Amino acid sequence: MMNITCPFCGKRNESEFIHGGPVGAVRPDPNAVSDEEWVEYLTVTPNPLGPVQEKWWHARGCGEWFSIWRDTRTHDIVEAPDGTT
Amino acid sequence: MVQRNRRASGGRIDRNRPLHFTFNGKLYEGFEGDTLASALLANGIRLTARSFKYHRPRSIMGHGVEEPATLVELDGEDASGNRPATTVPLRDGLSARSVNCWPSPEFDLGGINQLLSRFIPAGFYYKTFKWPNWHLFEPSIRRAAGLAAAPESPPASGHFEARNAHADVLIAGAGPAGLQAALEAGRAGKRVFLADEGAEAGGSLLNRNLSIGGRSALDWVEDAVAELRGMENVTHLQNATVWAYREHNLMIVNEREPELDGVLERSWRVRVGEVVIATGATERAMVFGDNDRPGVMLASSVQAYVNRWGVTPGQRMVLFTNNNSVYAVAADLAAAGMQVEAILDCRKTVPPEAVKLVPDIPVHAATVAGDVRGRKGVRAVKAVPVTGGAGRWIDCDVLGCSGGWNPTVHLWSQSRSTLRFDEDLAAFVPDEAVQNCRAVGAAAGDLTLDRIVGGGEDLAYAIEPLWRVNVPGQRGKAFLDVQNDVSVSDVHLALREGYDNVEHVKRYTTGGMGIDQGKTGNINIIGTVAMQKGVPLQEVGTTTFRSPYTPVSFGAIGGLREGWRLFPYRHTPVTQWNKDHGAVMYEAGARWRRPGYFPKPGEGLQEAVNRECRAVREGVGVYDGSPLGTFELKGRDVPKFLDFIYSNIMSTLKPGDGRYGLMLSEDGLILDDGVAFRLDEHRWMISTSTGHADAVNQHMEKLLQTEFPDWQVLITTVTSQWNNATICGPKAREVLQAVDSDIDLSPEAFPFMSFREGTVAGFPARVVRVSFTGELSYEVNVAPRHMAALWDKVMEVGAPFGILPVGSESSHVLRVEKGFLSLGHEVDGTVDAYDLGMGWVMSKKKPDYLGKRSVQLRRSGGGTRRELVGILADDPNQQIPEGAPLTPGGRKEATDGLVTACVWSVVNNRWVGLALLEDGHARQGETAHVRLKDDVIPVTVTKPVFHDPEGKLLRS
Ligand SMILES: [Zn+2]
Repeated sequence: MMNITCPFCGKRNESEFIHGGPVGAVRPDPNAVSDEEWVEYLTVTPNPLGPVQEKWWHARGCGEWFSIWRDTRTHDIVEAPDGTT
Repeated sequence: MVQRNRRASGGRIDRNRPLHFTFNGKLYEGFEGDTLASALLANGIRLTARSFKYHRPRSIMGHGVEEPATLVELDGEDASGNRPATTVPLRDGLSARSVNCWPSPEFDLGGINQLLSRFIPAGFYYKTFKWPNWHLFEPSIRRAAGLAAAPESPPASGHFEARNAHADVLIAGAGPAGLQAALEAGRAGKRVFLADEGAEAGGSLLNRNLSIGGRSALDWVEDAVAELRGMENVTHLQNATVWAYREHNLMIVNEREPELDGVLERSWRVRVGEVVIATGATERAMVFGDNDRPGVMLASSVQAYVNRWGVTPGQRMVLFTNNNSVYAVAADLAAAGMQVEAILDCRKTVPPEAVKLVPDIPVHAATVAGDVRGRKGVRAVKAVPVTGGAGRWIDCDVLGCSGGWNPTVHLWSQSRSTLRFDEDLAAFVPDEAVQNCRAVGAAAGDLTLDRIVGGGEDLAYAIEPLWRVNVPGQRGKAFLDVQNDVSVSDVHLALREGYDNVEHVKRYTTGGMGIDQGKTGNINIIGTVAMQKGVPLQEVGTTTFRSPYTPVSFGAIGGLREGWRLFPYRHTPVTQWNKDHGAVMYEAGARWRRPGYFPKPGEGLQEAVNRECRAVREGVGVYDGSPLGTFELKGRDVPKFLDFIYSNIMSTLKPGDGRYGLMLSEDGLILDDGVAFRLDEHRWMISTSTGHADAVNQHMEKLLQTEFPDWQVLITTVTSQWNNATICGPKAREVLQAVDSDIDLSPEAFPFMSFREGTVAGFPARVVRVSFTGELSYEVNVAPRHMAALWDKVMEVGAPFGILPVGSESSHVLRVEKGFLSLGHEVDGTVDAYDLGMGWVMSKKKPDYLGKRSVQLRRSGGGTRRELVGILADDPNQQIPEGAPLTPGGRKEATDGLVTACVWSVVNNRWVGLALLEDGHARQGETAHVRLKDDVIPVTVTKPVFHDPEGKLLRS
């Protein structure tokens, strides 16, 4: 069980959180993209071997949605890689 | 009763406290401080088990969690299966049985498997059970070779519990290294959590006869324990196994026999800053022909029985080694008056300081144990020179073996920290730490006491590896994994058949997959693979170490989280009334307990449901709608937000008005349906289905916080702030008037799909005109503290109108008659609003909303879809099973639909059904066919509505 830092509550057990999936592409204007682009937006999410930015919800806590960078190989919560936020 | 192998003095047992126990039905005596294993040995019980696969006779080989041979099943209060006899503390009245043998280890019918052994090679399970199927073989295999049965019922008394804890340092193991680490951390003021699997602290010092600084090492242990006891910042647990090392330094500890009445076991979840792994080392077995014969033991275990439990496992010993550690064992045994016939040491030269410890014992260098005599007990061992030669037999009744020592790296490795093969120690040792942990003492490869505790006095460790004895003339099987009956020939077979990765070898042979996880034998499997492939051990590597380190009872893992405590039920203030009035209670989504129906005495389900439905259709009924998910949304941007999450337009609603809507997910599937009401300019109330309330809340919060953080919308969950009694039926208005309300209830002043605030029965109330039954309906929302009183009032005032309480069974009938969709019935993750005949809910005006593009995309491919229709069997009394498939012509073909609901309709006096049918909208009036196993039911396809198709009643 991971130890996740909520921006408001500090370090809490993973069991207090709900995983909200990786941070994917920004939602495009659905009327301005092709079918292929829309399907890609819907179905292709980041799944790297290494750091990935993820959304987490402190559902059994303060209710905040926030993002962390997690290394998928180790479960280590890491700094945002250079050039990202 | 005579404990014939018990020494007159010595050992950490209390001879003044005899304990009586039974083993395989016979009564024996042991002492306080014994384990079941030490007590059995004290009583001279040699044959204690039969092996898993071949039913070979086995005895006790080890003295702790590494024990591979003797598993027992405990009866009575202690009922549990597959416990190593070495880890069962003896207590008065204990009753234990061997597993794997029937009727007894001496006379075991399953022993016939030994004769069949050449037909039970490695991979036997895979080869045999893939055809025709495993279930054919399972019963006989379970009986012949299975392990113990699970207890049939939970413990008669006591319970399990769980605790959370935090510490700066967790130390696993209270041997010399663990105690030393605890003293240092404790003195530095750190919060220390020290947990050790043994009954008392001291680790290997309890088994050995060593000195520290000129005093007995056990005096040092006693001082250390006393000092730790005096520190408030130290938690010290014995009988507590650290069995899992999880992410971010979360450690799971199983404490047995905690000092609290009624608690059987306690599971600790400890989040710590640093982990100190002081888990010691485990002695490994030697691999030679018939190395599993009763009387072949680990050398250190023989030493432990003599020193710690005052038991001499035999009279005439031979020791077999490849390292220095057995010389101290031999010295201890000699000091205890045992006859040590010889030490066989495979090394060409034995270090002189080792030989010096055993001046009166013959030491045979460059000699191995090549064979063993005695099927049910060792009678002699054949000493064979490694350089060749015939060898000679030496009579003995116990053969103590030491194949060297493995640092106990299980926790280290569970943390994902790496291992390296140390050539000097011939063992895998901790290498790079991945989490914040360090290994100390023997677990780190420091196998000499002085390097752990200053002043420790023992012989320096040295070893030359011997992975298996390879001399001519060995006849018997040479076991690598005694528990799972895996021999050298099995590993060779696996390699020949191409399973040459160590993980494959493990799974193909099952080597190391017993409950001992191969603590004494895995390294020999790796060594055997390395020898056969001609590569170094580092290259072969280890299999993955997984938790639990030792078996943990399911009860301890579950703790108090069992039965209703796992997911408590949710109740409304009407629950007690429902029970008092004979309701059959159901779980109705999201753990709400709701009434299913209210049978009168002697009445069945269908009669009760018919009575309730008739009341709603012809008079009046009332149900408790409190569990519906309810949210209040406030803020400037709520209209924009609702227009985005609902498929239709909500922003045009005037205060006091509401609208039904569908919520879609971005991929175009139906997420939920419900209603939205505008309370005033900036306040809204929406309701969701009961089971999806949490999912909808997550959905909305996620959108607002991650996609639209600048939108001003605040969501408050008010499901449990407002309870409601929903009065429905043609007489609903009259009843509500009689209950007394200051709201103008006339249809003109308070039309369908609107909302009014006022008082009802004197309580502040929000009254909403929605209908899930198709009848005139008022949902009267009040604060929970007023709900019971409101309910009583409605029932009292409604009595002259014939009001009846309505359960969820009737609600289902009423909504099916109207063709109102139900998530999970008509909405299954493939259908969209058009399929349900609800295209009107998909706004054409809005350029964008969640799911719009995806629904368009999905429908753009053309082709037919499964669409919601009504179905009527020719015979009105024909019930159609819900879930039954429809097939073309009723033939055994791919389905073209399924029945989603079928209910007895009181208003139609017949069964009516709903179905999702391929191209259903175009097939109205046609005949379709429900295909049952042995029958076909022709049905007429209709519109999915069987009552008041114009919707006049609900608007009345
Ligand atoms: Zn929080």
